[in-house]
Amino acid sequence: MEHTLTSGNVTADRPRPAKNYLNETTGLWSWMSTVDHKRIGIMYLGAVSFAFLLGGIFALLVRLSLLNPQHTLFGKQWVTAEMYNRFFTLHGAIMVFLFIIPSIPASLANFVLPMMLGAKDVAFPRLNLTSFYLWVAGAALAIGSMVLGAVDTGWTFYTPYSTTTDGAVGLMTLAVFILGFSSIFTGLNFIATTHKLRAPGMGWFDMPLFVWGIYATGVIQILATPVLAITMVLLLIERVFQIGIFDSRIGGDPVLFQHFFWFYSHPAVYIMILPGMAIISEIIPTFSRKTIFGYRAIAYSSVSLALLSFIVWGHHLFVAGESDLANVIFSALTFLVAIPSGVKMFNWLTTMYKGNISFETPMLYAMAFLFLFAIGGLTGIFFATLAVDIHLTDTYFVVAHFHYVMMGGTVIAFLGGLHYWWPKMTGRMYSEKWGRVACALVFIGFNMTFGSQFIMGGQGMPRRYFNYLDQFQPIHAFSTYGSWVLGSGLFLTAIYLLASLKTGPLAPDSPWGGTTMEWESSSPPVVHNFEEQPVFEHEPYDYRHRTVTHV
Amino acid sequence: MEWLRRLLLPVDQGSEFAKHIDNMYMAIFWLSVIMFFGLMVPMCYFAWRYRFKPGRVTPHQTHNTVMEIVWTVIPLLLCVGLFFWGIIGYMQFAVGPGESMEIQITAKQWLWQFEFPDGTRAVNELHIPVNKPVHLVMTSEDVLHDFFIPDMRVKRDVIPGRYTEYWFTPTTVGEHVSTCAEYCGKGHSDMKAKVFVDTPADFAKWMETGGDEWMHHTPEEWGRIQYEQKGCQSCHNVDGTRSKGPTWKGIWGKPVKLNNGTTVIVDEAYVRESMMQPGAKVVEGFENIMPTFQGLLRENEIRGLVAYIKSLQ
Repeated sequence: MEHTLTSGNVTADRPRPAKNYLNETTGLWSWMSTVDHKRIGIMYLGAVSFAFLLGGIFALLVRLSLLNPQHTLFGKQWVTAEMYNRFFTLHGAIMVFLFIIPSIPASLANFVLPMMLGAKDVAFPRLNLTSFYLWVAGAALAIGSMVLGAVDTGWTFYTPYSTTTDGAVGLMTLAVFILGFSSIFTGLNFIATTHKLRAPGMGWFDMPLFVWGIYATGVIQILATPVLAITMVLLLIERVFQIGIFDSRIGGDPVLFQHFFWFYSHPAVYIMILPGMAIISEIIPTFSRKTIFGYRAIAYSSVSLALLSFIVWGHHLFVAGESDLANVIFSALTFLVAIPSGVKMFNWLTTMYKGNISFETPMLYAMAFLFLFAIGGLTGIFFATLAVDIHLTDTYFVVAHFHYVMMGGTVIAFLGGLHYWWPKMTGRMYSEKWGRVACALVFIGFNMTFGSQFIMGGQGMPRRYFNYLDQFQPIHAFSTYGSWVLGSGLFLTAIYLLASLKTGPLAPDSPWGGTTMEWESSSPPVVHNFEEQPVFEHEPYDYRHRTVTHV
Repeated sequence: MEWLRRLLLPVDQGSEFAKHIDNMYMAIFWLSVIMFFGLMVPMCYFAWRYRFKPGRVTPHQTHNTVMEIVWTVIPLLLCVGLFFWGIIGYMQFAVGPGESMEIQITAKQWLWQFEFPDGTRAVNELHIPVNKPVHLVMTSEDVLHDFFIPDMRVKRDVIPGRYTEYWFTPTTVGEHVSTCAEYCGKGHSDMKAKVFVDTPADFAKWMETGGDEWMHHTPEEWGRIQYEQKGCQSCHNVDGTRSKGPTWKGIWGKPVKLNNGTTVIVDEAYVRESMMQPGAKVVEGFENIMPTFQGLLRENEIRGLVAYIKSLQ
């Protein structure tokens, strides 16, 4: 085969260009005014990591509040119900709107998606930078609302509580409104890029599956997010002008808010998980050194999940006074979601069959993803089944379920992708030894924290509870200990990744022997990604005639 | 496998519905366990069997249409089966039996109010006769709440401005707890009611007299129990600190300034009036937010509360 550039062993020996996207221009202003998708991706990575840290601190505070039923630390009560309510609200709002939704698309995909297509940049580079500054504005407002009078509505802002409670709810909803536009701009950009900027010769079914996943995500972002924006505006109108939209005392309908909210927020779940799945579809073939099994099935399942995500929002309202007929219809539609998710799982496993598998940190995260997402997906079946949903909804079982999907799925995939593309993004290798240790800590800590919550939830422990019955004390304590293990794993990750920027060995162009186009660039890439326009020569994940002799 | 059910679900199966839900839960649980191992065993086996060996050549398998159809259709059939099983159970309990006792529930931050067909009312204390279908008709006076009895597997949102309803038949005599399962603010996790499933004789007696529990306590003790049960503690502290309402400690017999500028001495008459017409004399610096307890407290309970406040010197 001709494509010598993509072979891991060959590119490693190519001399590094002296100028790359990191040192071509220097100074703070060159970053702040950049329209380079790689730099914007790096800035987004820093920004969402900061949000993850902030949301994580609130998560640890939530768990610490529940360590014992007296809420004591060293014999003194340190937290009140009001404080606890703010902790979980801020944890949820920050994690969802500032971290998970932008995490993979705006940071990792921003960096690699144009390169996977052989493009110089995204279709609208200035819009890309606008998206970043909108995120900054939204984040500033959200943090402002915390300082000016914390919000205690839960991240769902359910009315009429959210329209009547004190606190800076208005500021927080304005933040969410602005963040929505940041998300829309990112999605729009990726859709246009995928349509218009593919390398010469690259057809739709020649694109890496990561692009399919991000494309499907983009479709949801531009179709669903406006509904959230409208809902937040209506909420603000009701709070400020006392016009009855959601509050029954002034003629509104509180359940209407839930319909509006979940009409966005259920598709948003797929804005979060599809990019995670997209990363797994890259990591598994690379580390199995074998072509992906069922390329078209995986691509179509991403698109069908995106479409299905719009018609299942009603399953959040099974006990909220929705009609029985609507409940039955939404239950049926919800079951359908299981099919494309299952298809992806089977395809990933079959890709490993007869592969040549090595276990660097990204692959460990990918396998952790399969384990945790299997649990997250299977526990979803409990909620799709109407009769069982009634007992489990609004308990810790649902808390555990969505953390297995959101954190066990998306965040684990994000960490896998971060390690996978770290050498490309920074030009440095991280410490493989510490990477594996941290991955083990995250995996064990995560299962301790949230696995135990399935038991509590089934036994009838409602969510968002400050005071709880003594019978739940041992499990709550165990879950809190787990959060410390999880937190230390993530803390360790931050340390060795940052250390690698200074002390890590220089990365080869294709450290894992990946076959997609981003590996054809140098590490780190030059400003316009490639020295010359790459041409599509072979399907992605083609490992024929490529025998790997060492890793 | 009863031990496993007891680990994963509430030990008590207090209603007909509970047994049904538990069976479905356990069936899905075992199905999930099988599917989970069906995915994880191959993953671990492949990871071990095909671990990296220098020079190993991997086959170029792009797809296999038959296999892919099989693993799409089988889960689909399983899901269709579970869906129908789920709605059969759901519909059975969504439609009420002809003969049932209707109980009106009014939720407010942060207490539950129950009203029986004959007009008997109670706060945070629900008595129901065993083996008789109960029809709950619920509404909220402020924000969203959710009436959840884990032991009965009963759950339904309580929504301001509309009625929601639910049916269930308690099957075992005993004491249970109902909680609020929809976040409603500061007192959310304290919004509990005791649910007593009585024998028909005990139930009839309770409806007549409200029970004779009060005779076994001193008035102060009985008052303290009411303080905890009727929701007083969500707004009044007894340790001298200010909450949404004034503290009860050390106020008895002392003058207190009202928000209309006048002063009143805290005595039996003032305490009773504050429970029945809370808006009449509001203490200075506090909002007029307390709901009335007119018709919700029995004489012995009011006497207990007065005695309790008196004892807090």
